[in-house]
Amino acid sequence: MDYEALGLKAGIEIHQQLNTEEKLFCRCPTVLRNIEERNGEIQRYLRATVSEMGTIDRAAEEEMKQMRFFRYYTYDSTCLIDDDDEPPTPMNPEALEITLTIAKLLSMTPIRQVHTMRKMVIDGSNTTGFQRTALIAVDGIAGSNCQIESICLEEEAAQRVTDATFSLDRLGIPLVEITTAPCMHTPEEVREVAAYIGMILRSTGRVKRGLGTIRQDVNISIREGARIEIKGVQELDLIPEVVSREVQRQVNLLAIRDDLVRRGVEIPEDGIDVTDLFSSTKSSILKKAECIIAATLTGFAGSVGREIQPGRRFGSEMSDYAKKCGVGGIFHTDELPAYGITEEEVAALRERCSAGQDDCVVLVSGSPGQASCAIRLVLKRARAALEGIPEETRKMLPEGSSAYMRPLPGPARMYPETDVLPLQITDDMVAGITLPELLSERAARYSRMYGIDEAVARQIAYSDRLALFERGVETGIKPALVARTLFGTLRELSRDGADCGEIPDEEILELLRRVDGGSVAKEALPNILRSRAGGADLEAAIASVGPVFSVSDLEEIVGRIVNERHDFIRERGNAALGPVMGVVMKEVRGRIDGQIVADVLKRSIKEIL
Amino acid sequence: MKAGDRVLCSPGREETEGIYITERDGIAVVKLKSGYNIGVAVSDIQFIGTSIQEVVSSAPVTQDTSLPTFSIISTGGTIASRVDYRTGAVTSQSNAEEIIRAIPRLATLGHFRTKQPFTTLSENIQPSMWVDLARSVYEEISSGTRGVIVTHGTDTMAYSAAALSFMLDTPVPVIFVGSQRSADRPSSDNVMNTLCSVAAADANLGEVAVCMHATANDDICAIHRATRVRKMHTSRRDAFQSIGIPPIATVSYPELEVSTGRDAVLRSSREPSLSDGLEERCCLISFHPGMSPEIFEGYHTCRGLVITGTGLGHISTELIGIVRKLIEEGTTVVMTTQCLKGRVCNRVYDTGRDLMAAGVIEGEDMLPETALVKLMWVLGQTDDQDEIKKLMQANLKGEINRRSVHGL
Repeated sequence: MDYEALGLKAGIEIHQQLNTEEKLFCRCPTVLRNIEERNGEIQRYLRATVSEMGTIDRAAEEEMKQMRFFRYYTYDSTCLIDDDDEPPTPMNPEALEITLTIAKLLSMTPIRQVHTMRKMVIDGSNTTGFQRTALIAVDGIAGSNCQIESICLEEEAAQRVTDATFSLDRLGIPLVEITTAPCMHTPEEVREVAAYIGMILRSTGRVKRGLGTIRQDVNISIREGARIEIKGVQELDLIPEVVSREVQRQVNLLAIRDDLVRRGVEIPEDGIDVTDLFSSTKSSILKKAECIIAATLTGFAGSVGREIQPGRRFGSEMSDYAKKCGVGGIFHTDELPAYGITEEEVAALRERCSAGQDDCVVLVSGSPGQASCAIRLVLKRARAALEGIPEETRKMLPEGSSAYMRPLPGPARMYPETDVLPLQITDDMVAGITLPELLSERAARYSRMYGIDEAVARQIAYSDRLALFERGVETGIKPALVARTLFGTLRELSRDGADCGEIPDEEILELLRRVDGGSVAKEALPNILRSRAGGADLEAAIASVGPVFSVSDLEEIVGRIVNERHDFIRERGNAALGPVMGVVMKEVRGRIDGQIVADVLKRSIKEIL
Repeated sequence: MKAGDRVLCSPGREETEGIYITERDGIAVVKLKSGYNIGVAVSDIQFIGTSIQEVVSSAPVTQDTSLPTFSIISTGGTIASRVDYRTGAVTSQSNAEEIIRAIPRLATLGHFRTKQPFTTLSENIQPSMWVDLARSVYEEISSGTRGVIVTHGTDTMAYSAAALSFMLDTPVPVIFVGSQRSADRPSSDNVMNTLCSVAAADANLGEVAVCMHATANDDICAIHRATRVRKMHTSRRDAFQSIGIPPIATVSYPELEVSTGRDAVLRSSREPSLSDGLEERCCLISFHPGMSPEIFEGYHTCRGLVITGTGLGHISTELIGIVRKLIEEGTTVVMTTQCLKGRVCNRVYDTGRDLMAAGVIEGEDMLPETALVKLMWVLGQTDDQDEIKKLMQANLKGEINRRSVHGL
C-alpha cells in the first residue's frame, strides 16, 4: 500500500507501569496476586453522573448500556483506598520522580503546578468510576523527529477477572502515559518510535517488566478516514500489522461508502418483529430467542458481507455494535442461508420485509429489550457507513485486526480530583534528577569495555537480568563468564525445560564467583544449574557433579591414559589427539575446563613423540 | 479574568489554548483542550476571549402526583451533584427537579417537594439550626407528607438526628441521609442511600432515623434509630452503626424492600408535636489521664456538662472537687463512657460513689453525643433539678436501654 498517497497519520500512546514500592495514591505494595489469594469481595454499582452540559460523556453513556454491577476481589495487599472507601494519599513522590526522569530523557518541559484530575471511566475497572491522572510534562522529542505531546502519571486500572469481576491488586499501580503527535506515516515507523520510547523507559531501570506491564494504543487515520484508537497492543512486532490492517479497513469502508452512496441505498428508522417466522427453525440461536427483529437495508446486498480486514466483514462492525445491547451478534442475508437457517426461511424473511435481491436483511435476537436496542444500533452503524468511518476506540484482536469497543471518548470527561492537592514542580526537583545511561549507550559501552560482541551487549543491556549482570561484573567476575551464563547457559537450560527462573540471584552470583575462582569448573555449570533448578540446594548441586580436578590430578589421569595408548599414539602421531581427548573427557567432563585438558594432553603426547 | 474565559498559555514549547479556571498565589489554573488542568504563572497567560456558554436545555421532569408525597429537606449534605466538565466545577443539587434528574428512579417512588432551611457543612452546624430544621420538618408533617427525608453532611448527622428525635413527636418517618463518598463520582453511595431513604420514609415507621449503607457493598442500607447511631469510621460507606441495639430496619438494594425490626416505632403511633426549646450552653468533654482541674474551671458558664469518663464512668479523684463545685454552682453534670458500649455504673468503685455523692447523673447506656443533645433539650424544657435528673435517666426516644441485651 502507498501509505503516503493514502495520507496515513499515526500516533501512539504508551502505557508503562512503574516499579515503585507503593501505589500512586495509596500505600499498598505494587504486587500482583493470584485470585486464589483474595481475602474478600465487594459489590458495587457504578453510574454515570450528569455533566453540566446536560449530557453524559458519549463513551460513558455507551458503557451504561451494559450491566453496571461489579464485583471486586480484595487482598491483604489492598486497602480502603482501592475500595473507594477512603480518600487518596498525596501523589507518590517516587512515581513523580521517575516520571520527571522519563520526561527529561525525552527533553520535555515539566508543568509548573501539577493538578490531579478524575477521568470518568465506568467500565468497572476503577472502583471510583474515574481514573486519577495528572499531566506532568509536555512537548518532547523521541529519537530524531517524533514529537512527544505529553506525559501523564496515572493510576493503573483493576484487572478484569471475568465480565463484571475485577481484581484490586493492580488498581492504583503508577502508570505513565506517553502520547506522541500523529507524526508517523508508515507502519514500520510506528514500530520504531514505540521501540525507542520503550528503550527510554527501560533505561530508567525503574519500570515494571513482563507481560502486561507495557501497552501501546495506536491512533490511526487516513485522508477522508477517521481517527481510530486501537487499544492494548502488547507486542511491538505486531504494531506494523495493526496499522496496516487498520489502513486496509478504512480504505475498504470508504469504498463501501462510495458504493452505497452510488447505489442510493435506504435505511429504515427501526426494525420489525419477525419472531413468528422462526417458530420451527433449526437455528439453535433463533429457536431459543424470545424476540427476533429484522431490518431491511435497501440496496446493501453484498456490502454487509464484504471483507474489510482479514477475518472481518462490514457485518462484523454492525455485530460489534449490536453486542453492546447484550445480544450474541447478528445474522444478515449476505451470509444466509447458513447456521441452520434454511433457504425457505430466508425467502419468507425477505417477503415479510419486502426485501429484493439487491437488499440485505439484518436479524437480531434476544429479549425484546435487547433485540430492539441491538437493531437500532445496527441501523445507526449502517447510517454512519454512508458518512464514512465513525471515530472509535477499538480493541486489537489476536492477529492484528480489531473490533469496536466504544465511541472515541469525548473531551468532556475530566474534572479535578479535589482530594489531592496541586503539586509544584520546582526547578530544583528537575535539576536534581540524574539521567540514567540509555540502554543503547550502555550496550555500546559493554561492547567496548568488555570486548563482548555487539549483539550480545545489546541483549544484556535490554534484558531484565541487566542488574544481575552488573552486580556480577562489579564483584570482579569476568564479564564474558557472566554474560555467557546469564544470556547463554540459563536460556538454553530453560529452553530444555529446566526451570532456572526460580534460582535466586545470590546463588547464581555465588556459583559464578566459584567458577571464576577455579573451585568449580566452567563446564560443570549447566549440570549444577540443572540440578539446582530440579530442587537440589546449591551445595548439593555442586557436589553432584563431583569434585573439581586440580591440574596435577588431571596430569595423573592423562598420564595413565596416554601410557595405555602408547603404541596408538606413536602410530598416529598428532592425529591421535582427538581420539585420546575423547577418552580423557569421558572421565573428567564437567569437572575441569576442556581447554586445560587439551593443553595437558598435547604436552603429554608431545613427550611421547 | 473570569472562570470560563479563553486564554493562551505556553506550558512547553508550543502555545496552546485553554480555559481559565481560577488563580491563587500567582499561579493560574488553566484547563487544556485535553481536559487536564495545569498551573502556570499568571503572567504567562493571555486573555483571548470570554467564555462560550453553551445553553443546555435539560429534559423537563414530570412528577407523578398520584404517587405519595415525600418531603426532601436539604441542609447541605450532597445527595445530588452536577459536574461542569468545562470548568471542572461540581455543584450540589437541591431542588426536586434537579435531584430527580440526577436520580431518575426517584420519580417512580413518589412525588417530591423540597425545602432548604439552610446550607452548611455539617461541621458548621449549630444547635440553633437544629431548631430551624425541626420547625421545617414539623411544617412538612403538619401539611401531610408520607415521610420526610433530610439530607445532611455525615460528620454531625447523628447529633442533628438525635436533636430532632427529642424536639419532635412524629407519626411519619423522618429519615436522615447522606453520603460518605462525594456525589459527583460514579461510585458514590448517594444514589443508593437516597433511594433507600425514600423507601424508609414510605415504610411503616414513626420515628427519626438515619439511613446509610449497612455494608461495604451496595446491597443493604440500615435504618438506625437517631438516638443510638454513631459515625464509627471516617470514610467507609458503612460508617454509621447502631450502638447497643440492632438497626430498627433494613432496606435491600436495588429491590428497596424494607424489613422492619421488632422494636421499631410504627407509623401513626404518635401525634405530631414540636418542643423546640434548647439550652445551647452545654458541653461534652472527654476525660484523660493527666487532665488538670483547671480545665474544668473553663466550663463554669455551662448549664450542662456531659463527661465521657473511662470504663464504668470515671474521672480521676483529683477532679472530683471541681466537679462538685460546678454542680453546686448549678451546672448539671452527666456521666457517659468512652467505651461507647455498655452502661455507666458509679456504684462499683469509690471514685464512682464519690461522683454520685457530688451530684453527677449517671447517663446509663446513652451515647455521649446523644446525652449532650438530650441535656440541651432537657435544660430547654425545665429548670427543676429533680425533673432534669428524672428526664435524663428516663428513656424518652429510645436513647436509653432499660436492660443491656445479651449479644449487642
